[in-house]
Amino acid sequence: MFEKILIANRGEIALRIQRACREMGIKTVAVHSEADADAKYVKLADESVCIGPAPSSQGYLHIPAIISAAEVTDAQAIHPGYGFLSENADFAERVEKSGFVFIGPRAETIRLMGDKVSAKIAMKKAGVPCVPGVEGALPADPAEIIKIARSIGYPVIIKASGGGGGRGMRVVHTEAALLNAVTMTRTEAQAAFNNPMVYMEKFLENPRHIEFQILADQHGNAVYLGERDCSMQRRHQKIIEEAPAPLLNAKLRDKIGERCAEACRKIGYRGAGTFEFLYENGEFFFIEMNTRVQVEHPVSEMITGIDIVQQQIRVAAGEKLSFKQKDIAFRGHAIECRINAEHPYKFIPSPGRITTWHPPGGPGIRVDSHVYANYFVPPNYDSMIGKIIAYGDTREQAMARMRIALSEMAVEGIDTNILLHQELMQDAAFKRGGTSIHYLEHKLAERTKGK
Amino acid sequence: MDLRKLKTLIELVESSGIAELEISEGEERVRITRAGVNAATMQQQVYAAPQPAQFAPQAAPAVAPVAAEPAAVEGHVVKSPMVGTFYRSASPGAKAFVDVGQNVNAGDTLCIIEAMKLLNEIETDKGGVIKAILVENGQPVEFGQPLFIIG
Repeated sequence: MFEKILIANRGEIALRIQRACREMGIKTVAVHSEADADAKYVKLADESVCIGPAPSSQGYLHIPAIISAAEVTDAQAIHPGYGFLSENADFAERVEKSGFVFIGPRAETIRLMGDKVSAKIAMKKAGVPCVPGVEGALPADPAEIIKIARSIGYPVIIKASGGGGGRGMRVVHTEAALLNAVTMTRTEAQAAFNNPMVYMEKFLENPRHIEFQILADQHGNAVYLGERDCSMQRRHQKIIEEAPAPLLNAKLRDKIGERCAEACRKIGYRGAGTFEFLYENGEFFFIEMNTRVQVEHPVSEMITGIDIVQQQIRVAAGEKLSFKQKDIAFRGHAIECRINAEHPYKFIPSPGRITTWHPPGGPGIRVDSHVYANYFVPPNYDSMIGKIIAYGDTREQAMARMRIALSEMAVEGIDTNILLHQELMQDAAFKRGGTSIHYLEHKLAERTKGK
Repeated sequence: MDLRKLKTLIELVESSGIAELEISEGEERVRITRAGVNAATMQQQVYAAPQPAQFAPQAAPAVAPVAAEPAAVEGHVVKSPMVGTFYRSASPGAKAFVDVGQNVNAGDTLCIIEAMKLLNEIETDKGGVIKAILVENGQPVEFGQPLFIIG
């Protein structure tokens, strides 16, 4: 087992990783930008290293600074968290070439899954159902493009192969708009991902976003830890996640879960990962795989009792998974609300000093947050300041506990989206369950219209 | 020796920096030693200091942040632009690039910081006299860490 792990991230996930390490008796090295010098996990770390100024490109995205920090502290492994360099295959490669263990999949796996075109081909081969589309990147010939769109059937969506996470996509409803849309998406893709390759898929009108969490060790074992419903989104950013997905047929869950685990075995996946699907009319369609731990991992942890971050560390250290699929039981229901430092309805970011921070507590409530009273939320990074997770024996109990928790919570000094979460916890459609990925945007649009 | 006197003596030892106090009064002798809880508290203070093992472990008083040092010496502080290991010379045994008291011009190399097996020459953007060298040869440094003071 590792003696020292360097945490190459910030915010709540850095604290989460640190907690997993401390529980296992592993020393932690916290790297931080100048803006994060007062972070809670920096104060609690065994060692801390300032790696750069506030801008991410010179800090958390600066590969030499991070590897250098590992060198001077004699760390043995690096945990990349989520975002930043966690799905950067070059980083994974350089980490391992420099003699450290990258806590995540092998670089070639990251590369395979990072290219959405090749990921789809690999998944199809492994028996995972995919969104109907034409295999491979879109050709240059306009006539060909039109033919492909016709074969898929409108509406279609153009996606950047180097994109993902909701970025680099465009929906096309009519043939008249097709060629322009492809050109624009290609241009954006080149600018954002340095890769103009795009592909086309059928656009599902009212799908839910349901993803499967998997764990795979370096001994050929792979299991699924159930699914999560992350349909409550705004501009492709998840706001609420829950496990298990409401109204989902258990047999179908097991079938898809097992396909994902099998795909992991086939591609030699190592560590934790998530297969993202769109779910419509009782069918699952693979869209992409995330080769890292995700923000919403706690809801899966609550219903399985498995510490995903610890499992990542164990797998990276070469341990065999200590449980088989039959040992994993899904019990109860968990809901997570992402607390962002932003206006609840205008969504304007709200960095600044938190003057009051009173998090909720009580049975079934878990708070994953790095902030504290008098903490200054820096303006340089994303606005998520914490997650509230409510667990109950049933979905109703989890929702009730979340309502109570949100009402107890007090944050002053900055804006937060707590009001929005309170409204959503009372929303009739959410309470019924099964809302689509467009639901929140429609609801917010209605709200603006109504004003 | 009456209890009140004893109590006063104990308080005296506790509130002062005295480690041990021995008083003889005629036949009576009292020795009060600072040990146990107090020593442990002092110990804990070192470990739980707000900046544990941050890369400025200049000296034992871990409480004093390195930033305080430049206040003692006036001048332009040259800070480390990267994470790595600080070296005074181009190679082991070679002459140091600069010494305290030496005059330097803008653009002169002050030191090397090694990162990822690459040696990076760190130049000064200001000329002047080297007033202080704040880190030791072979010491790990972090981004923004003060290295030299030039006056």
